[in-house]
Formats: sequence, structure tokens, C-alpha cells
Amino acid sequence: MDLFEYQARDLFAKHGVPVLAGEVIDTPEAAREATERLGGRSVVKAQVKVGGRGKAGGVKLAATPDEAVARATDILGMDIKGHTVHKVMIAETAPEIAEEYYVSYLLDRTNRTFLAMASVAGGMDIEEVAATTPEKLAKVPVDANEGVTPEKAREIVEKAQFPAEVADQVAEVLVTLWKTFVAEDALLVEVNPLAKVADGRVIALDGKVSLDANAEFRQPSHEELEDKAAANPLEAAAKAKGLNYVKLDGQVGIIGNGAGLVMSTLDVVAYAGENHGGVKPANFLDIGGGASAEVMANGLEIILGDPDVKSVFVNVFGGITACDAVANGIVQALALLESKGEEVTKPLVVRLDGNNAELGRKILTDANHPLVQQVDTMDGAADKAAELAAK
Amino acid sequence: MAIFLTKESKVIVQGMTGSEGQKHTRRMLASGTNIVGGTNPRKAGQTVDFDGKEIPVFGTVKEAMEKTGADVTVIFVPEKATKAAVVEAIEAEIPLAVVITEGVAVHDTASFWALAQAKGNKTRIIGPNCPGLISPGQSNAGIIPADITKPGRIGLVSKSGTLTYQMMYELRDIGFSSCVGIGGDPIIGTTHIDALKAFQEDPETDLIVMIGEIGGDAEERAADFIKEHVTKPVVGYVAGFTAPEGKTMGHAGAIVSGSSGTAQAKKEALEAAGVKVGKTPSETARLARAALAG
Repeated sequence: MDLFEYQARDLFAKHGVPVLAGEVIDTPEAAREATERLGGRSVVKAQVKVGGRGKAGGVKLAATPDEAVARATDILGMDIKGHTVHKVMIAETAPEIAEEYYVSYLLDRTNRTFLAMASVAGGMDIEEVAATTPEKLAKVPVDANEGVTPEKAREIVEKAQFPAEVADQVAEVLVTLWKTFVAEDALLVEVNPLAKVADGRVIALDGKVSLDANAEFRQPSHEELEDKAAANPLEAAAKAKGLNYVKLDGQVGIIGNGAGLVMSTLDVVAYAGENHGGVKPANFLDIGGGASAEVMANGLEIILGDPDVKSVFVNVFGGITACDAVANGIVQALALLESKGEEVTKPLVVRLDGNNAELGRKILTDANHPLVQQVDTMDGAADKAAELAAK
Repeated sequence: MAIFLTKESKVIVQGMTGSEGQKHTRRMLASGTNIVGGTNPRKAGQTVDFDGKEIPVFGTVKEAMEKTGADVTVIFVPEKATKAAVVEAIEAEIPLAVVITEGVAVHDTASFWALAQAKGNKTRIIGPNCPGLISPGQSNAGIIPADITKPGRIGLVSKSGTLTYQMMYELRDIGFSSCVGIGGDPIIGTTHIDALKAFQEDPETDLIVMIGEIGGDAEERAADFIKEHVTKPVVGYVAGFTAPEGKTMGHAGAIVSGSSGTAQAKKEALEAAGVKVGKTPSETARLARAALAG
């Protein structure tokens, strides 16, 4: 989960990374009081989860509370690379910036470890620096169990060649930033710019944090960081039911078991769609190993509730779950939905294979539901579902 | 022969007394796995009855190894206890630890992986968030259904559980030496490369099928390894061509960021290494048949 800047700022502050004062608001008028609280001057910063907002005009200085209201009026509602601005942060104005640095910790998948990155050439063009002058971006592996000690921080500072007068402060930031990274179960913490300001202080002026959803079991406070307003309503409904669902922009609803098989199903449907007017998969939905009737009903309800869906492809390989249980689940799910008064009108193409596949197919054949048809192979069923969606 | 797991393997189950652990211990026993014990510090000294077979419960992995000669552990404990369970297995220096648990925090995996390396990699880790591995007719360590295929001469390595099962089933008439589900998390213990290397060296494997999916660069690095070190025919499949950027597709590792980790890039890298890559699982199975015949 990627956080907004203001949320990152809050987490930095919590763990001792030096930041400027600021608060988040969602109406222009609120910018006035917030700016007054900061002494009459502020920086108005668009809160969007995309880079390049400064260049897009999403960060403006306000010399008075009135100006802050005007700037907030401009920025709220602005579109930045397809992201609408719903919130702005009213931040303390930084003393004049002397230098802009870059520091981050992230997961290095390739080397299966954590990585510290640091550069004295921070600011808006760090991607450019990384691409054209990689020697200016120091990369130091960090052992997950040893972490960033003051000695390790010193090693990073030296490798990135920070000037002597900021070395201690940057090392301190590196230690507190590591605390943030570990304590919050982050996959990425990034400060850019880490600024040296006119009075000599080193301050985190902007940051990015991405959190590990798998750590929710020990991070109860992370739930409130979720941007529920931005979630697709179908995705939100699916999440509430504990379903692993992602909305896509096609017409064929997909239900399957196992993430890999469902991803593969999306591909096979997209290939089949090339022969049927370009129809595409409408969603990713993995109902997991134990596909009970209830889970199947919940999944079908979400998918049938998607107005974009024209046909549904249920693709199940019976591994641990036997196909007869899955077939019973489908029959019961349809009955359950119909008993709830929901009109089921979209055709379902079902492919069952693996454990007890013959028994499962017989159950569906005997149930003889007018909307359900079976195809024996995954490729054939995808073709049928695409054909029905194209009608 | 098979890789990593053979009929000689003596298997213990960490979390055997839990509901998932019991269910899958019963399945593993039914498929011929030599299960010699389980662990649970609160139930040490007891036994658990599996259809007439009494399996002893030990307090620790170390004790189970001393008393039974166990050399494989399958870990079924909940995600919040997984790190401690794997650390215990590593410290006991058991040769193989299969971590089935789904939803393990990345910081926990990074920690036990770093420990395994610091201890000189005496413990091979498979997973987390994986279905485990099976050497059909010999032993089954994890949750892979044993009765959908038979022993044979294909080696299979896959990030995805159900695609593993699908491929085992499609090629069930030919059969498999070993099938290894390595899991789809951002950090995993055993990689495609580890399995490719073992299959290359295994005299009972004639063909390797490798299944990948979007995210990371493991498939690209596997392609480099194949080019340099693998002389046996390799057939591949990659899932996730239509996955959008920035969305997590079920597996925590299955996320495309920018231009890296796309299915297309992986397919091209594998093909450049001489691997025949199928467009669908069924086509991949046909390519495997053709490669064995030709």
C-alpha cells in the first residue's frame, strides 16, 4: 500500500525523522486557519500518489492566509497524471534550501535483501541521476537482522560522499529512517529531498512510504491509512467479503482458484477475445483453495453486480478441493442469489478439471441450470465465454 | 532419484497438531510420505493418531531430528508464528524446510533468509507461500495433490500452486520426477535457478518445465542460467500478460512496476535462451510432449 506524503510525514515524525510541521485539509477555506497556525505563510502541496506533482503545478508557496486559500482552490480538484487532487497538505515553509539530498531503504528482490540508497544529488531529477550518473547514487545492502546501526549509517554516508558538515545529521536520519522502515513493516521508505536548509539543519521535505499488506496482523493502525475513497466500489465490496478481487476494464467476468491459474485465465480469455471483437477479462478473482458454496456465492454476487460483465468464466482446477464440491458450490450459489431476489441473467461458462472432475460435471449437468454451460478445456471455455460476451 | 525429496526423506511437520497441519499430514501420509513426527512445545510427548498410525509430537525441531533422524520439515504454522518456526528449523540445521504458510510479512522472510545465509545455507528453504514439493511415488512434502499425476521423467518448477497442479494433470500420462512449487512472494528461499540446477544434475529427469509469473526478475535470471548451464530441454510458461501495472494479482510478488517484471520481457528472455514458451498452459503441455518426442 502506497501512502500519501502527509501520511509518510506523520510516520517519519513518529520515529524521529526531522520533518516540517504540516496538516492535511480537503477544502480551500481550511487552508486559511492552517496557514495562520503556521505563522501566516505556508506551502500548499497536492496529495497524490504519483511523482512529478511539483512540475505539474501541484506545489505552491503562499505568503498570506488568503493566498493559501487561493492556491488551495487552484490545486484541489486539479488532475495530475490522471490522479484527481482531493487533499492538500498545508506545510510549514522551509528556510532557504542550500542542498537537496536523497535517501531510501527498499526491498531488493533480486538479491533477497534490503538496500540503502543515498545521493547528494537529490531533488526532482533523482531518476535522471540514477539513469545517467549511477555512480552518484550509492547502494549499500543492509542485512535484515543487523539493520542500520550508527556504524552502518556512517558507511552509507561515506559511500554517498555526504559533506562533512552534514555527515552526523544525515547518519542520524538514516538510523531513524531505518526504524521507520522496520517498525512500520515498510517495503519502501524514501526521503526526497532530504534538504540542508540555510540554518544548517537537515530536514525531510518530502517522502514516499509503501507498506506491506501481509504485515496487517501486527500493524492494526495501518488500516486507517487506506485510501478508501479511491477504491473501486466493487473492489471495496469484495474486500469486505475477504475476496481477492481486482477490477479490470473488460467484459468477461473471471472466477478461479489460485492466483497463478487466475492470472493465466485472464491471459487465455484475452487471447480468445482477439477472435471475438476484442473482448477482455473484466476482473481478477481468486477464490482460493477451499471453494465453499458461500465463497462461490460471494464471488458470483460481486461479478454479476459488475455492469461491465457480459459473461462469466468459472475456471477451477480441483487440487485439494474436489470438483464435486465446487460444482455443488456453483449450484447452491445460483440458488442463493435467486432466493435473495437477484436476477441472474448473465451466462456462465464452467470448466472443471482435476480431482473428481467427472462427478462435478455430472452435478452441473443434472442441475441443468439454463445459464450454465460446461466446456472441458480451459482454452475452449475461454473461447466460449469470450464469444458470449461479444454478443 | 528426484530432487530435494526422495523416498528416503524423513519428514516432520511443524504445526502438525493444528487443523491445517493435521489435514495435510493425513494427506501426505496417504500419498506415501514417511512422516516421523511433529512439533508443538505444549504437546511434546503426546502422539497424534492418523487413521491408526501414531505420530509422535516433539517439543522442538532439534529434538525431533535427534530422535527420528528427520531431514525435512514442513511448516504449517500461522503467519505470525512463521518466522519463529523457520528460525527454529534453521538453527536445528535441518537440511530442508518447506514453508507453506501464506501471508508472511516480507520483513520476516528477509530476516529468516538472512539467518539461513549467515548460517552457511545448511537449510534449504522452499517458500514461503508455496504448495511445497512432490516426488511422485516417493514422497510429498506440502499440499500438492498426489493423485493427479504419476512418477515419470519431467521435472517441474513453478511459482504458482494451481498452475503446478494443472501442468501435472495435463502431463499425467508421462509423469514427473519432482514438482517443486517455489511460491510467488517477493523473497523466496529456493528459486527457479536452484531447481533448474538440480534437475540438470538429476539423471532421472529428461525435460524441465518451468512456470513463472509477472513480478521481479527471477525468470530473466533463470533464462541466463539456462543459456549457460542447462543442456536438457526446457519448456516454459509465464502467467500475467494482461495484468495491469501496479496491481497486486493475488501473490504478493505478482506486481508489475513500470517496464520491469512484465510477462512479455520474461517470455522474450526465456526464448532467447532457447526455451520454448507456451501461450497457454495447454500449449505448454503440447510443447513439452513435442520436446520429449523429438
